[in-house]
Amino acid sequence: MADLTGADVRRSALTGADVTGADVTGADVTGADVTGVDVAGWSCPMPLRDYPRIVLGHGGGGTLSAELVEHLFLPAFAAAGTVPPCPDTTLAPPGRGSAAPDTDPASVDAAVVEVGGARLAFTTDSYVVRPLFFPGGSIGELAVHGTVNDLACRGARPVALSCGFILEEGLELAVLDRVARAMGAAAASCGVRLVTGDTKVVERGRCDGLYVNTSGIGLVPAGVDVRPGRVRPGDRIVLSGPIGEHGIAVLSVREGLEFGGDDVRSDTAPLHGLVAAMLAASTTGVHAIRDPTRGGLATALVEIAAAAGVGVEFTESAVPVPPAVEAACGFLGLDPLHVANEGRLVAFVADADTDTVLAAMRAHPAGTGATVIGTVTAGHPGLVAARTAFGSTRVVDRPLGEHLPRIC
Amino acid sequence: MRYLTEFHDPELARRLLDDIAATATRRWTLMEVCGGQTHSIIRHGLDQLLAEQVEFIHGPGCPVCVTPLEMIDRALAIAARPEVILCSFGDMLRVPGSASDLFTVRAHGGDVRVVYSPLDAVGLAEANPDRQVVFFAVGFETTAPAAAMAAVTARRRRLANFSMLVSHVLVPPAMRAVLGAPDNRVAAFLAAGHVCTVMGTAQYEPLVAAHQVPIVVTGFEPLDLLDGVRQAIGQLETGRAELVNAYPRAVRAEGNPAALAMLREVFTVCDRAWRGIGVIPSSGWRLAPDWADLDAQTRFDVAGLTVAESAHCHSGAVLQGRLRPPDCPAFGTRCTPRHPLGATMVSAEGACAAYYQYRRLTPAL
Repeated sequence: MADLTGADVRRSALTGADVTGADVTGADVTGADVTGVDVAGWSCPMPLRDYPRIVLGHGGGGTLSAELVEHLFLPAFAAAGTVPPCPDTTLAPPGRGSAAPDTDPASVDAAVVEVGGARLAFTTDSYVVRPLFFPGGSIGELAVHGTVNDLACRGARPVALSCGFILEEGLELAVLDRVARAMGAAAASCGVRLVTGDTKVVERGRCDGLYVNTSGIGLVPAGVDVRPGRVRPGDRIVLSGPIGEHGIAVLSVREGLEFGGDDVRSDTAPLHGLVAAMLAASTTGVHAIRDPTRGGLATALVEIAAAAGVGVEFTESAVPVPPAVEAACGFLGLDPLHVANEGRLVAFVADADTDTVLAAMRAHPAGTGATVIGTVTAGHPGLVAARTAFGSTRVVDRPLGEHLPRIC
Repeated sequence: MRYLTEFHDPELARRLLDDIAATATRRWTLMEVCGGQTHSIIRHGLDQLLAEQVEFIHGPGCPVCVTPLEMIDRALAIAARPEVILCSFGDMLRVPGSASDLFTVRAHGGDVRVVYSPLDAVGLAEANPDRQVVFFAVGFETTAPAAAMAAVTARRRRLANFSMLVSHVLVPPAMRAVLGAPDNRVAAFLAAGHVCTVMGTAQYEPLVAAHQVPIVVTGFEPLDLLDGVRQAIGQLETGRAELVNAYPRAVRAEGNPAALAMLREVFTVCDRAWRGIGVIPSSGWRLAPDWADLDAQTRFDVAGLTVAESAHCHSGAVLQGRLRPPDCPAFGTRCTPRHPLGATMVSAEGACAAYYQYRRLTPAL
């Protein structure tokens, strides 16, 4: 069992987030153990060798995605010399390995780069959600909020977004107009400008209606340093509100699965205002922030635990799950901890600052349901443990496959 | 939430645990038959809380796990055909056949779809008259009525392009096989509640009588399971062996007559190979002769495809309760959910997957 735990920590340390520039630049690509890898020589038990083609799981945000980044993208990009070895050099000295975990910001939502004395957060994300419209929002709001939130998770103030559309021949203009208006309205309410874009059309059948990519830049205010590497044992874990609403809202209108009603609406919402309020309450006490999107709260906690080399313990009954989400998960056989959110964050806060930060969150409209769910421990690094209502303990892991394909 | 949260009440759980602790004079060996029960027991840590009173042996009731390798291979062969849309429940897609899995077939261009109901597969057949739609019908008595309904519906709608690859299995013959094994240690069963919702409870009476073994029909929520354990231990401590329904909110003695009638119409009992266990007599359903035109095995000529199981996987011993998953030499090393040697590591209901998912922490705490 000890071997097993160790092996899993190693795998979990890989980023499980999207295959994005942010993730690639966020990882350490200087080590020989990464650049020297070839497909035939992998030592880890299974990865792509058994899947010579892309399967849906490679986009699921779980372990298969992580292996794709680790074994395919990182070596390929490092060889081209286009990837900065560590974008966070302004925040921590260069270095690698467990002695300096701050320099291995795997799993960060956005990269932070220094440009002319300013610290810019930079991220990109693609949106392929199906259906395009769902209770509480659409792909348009998601494309703005998702990228804004990735910037916010580094403590950045979002400044500008790009947007790229891939449209399928035959798409109704009214649909595109509805999506574009949703994007415009969402950006306006976020105080962020859509400054550049691109449109491509592919033949009918070559994509599913409409895909959107947005990239974003934001300014990291002076003194702000929010990233997994700052998480320490003793930190308290704060969740901004109830979980599971976005994923269940999308599933409820998924073709072939309609379970109707308007009981659950997507929680899609921008988080940068909430983050600003938290940082105003304690600039240094907010160590790390994550928005638990694809893969849910479980994935967010596992990734932070792995990236920071700490253990996470939380109380299952402290995590608010709306009754309709609980019911839908019950009959679909899903774990609410694995279901996506688009307007929630989980923060790792220094114990001494928790009360102040929590009060600031509850005073903000996006954080009225904020609550402490657990603590960071030095034990079982890389693993997340949930204490059940009955007093027993279990491991919480990322979802393995693709229970909820294409929900963001 | 009605029928859900009240069966998670920690205070009531504590009272049941105290009751069980006060009753048990020794540690009893119980088998929960259904994989859904196994999952719930491990997820909620009931085995930890009952460590001094109960040794749980995890039964063979995971439908994905026991589906024989050759059936998976037949499904893979059918799914690879260009004219076919193969539909099944999500868990089946990752189960390894002898050389591939359905996800891989899909990545190579096969049209494999996850459905939540067999009737969705019938709908696909109706919507795609130029394609052959095949439903891979796996599972116990719980999923079989919906498969039977799909057959009836397809015939009523005169859909010539719908067929089924049927690999249904039956619980009571497997329980009889467990009891008949020379090294059986099971003192009482927690019978699978949802199977009884369909089938009723009468079929367990001969087992109770012949083997003097308590059988408690049990649900799936933590309090359901604790109550099942309490009633089983109550019988064992007083030397009784009875059939008890501890899941009355879902199970009636006569079962579901409408479902039973449809099952009798569409299926007929047959011998069935169980992955990791072997052939158990009269333990499966296949399409009845009147419904043979819907049999995908003949339609696509795969009935002759047979294969042998890998020697590396001990899932047979796990499924029979002779090996605890963490005691398997491959557990967590050569065999993980992403690289499963056997189906017990694949399905959410598989015992090995449940231990892998929830129990890697135990030595550290």
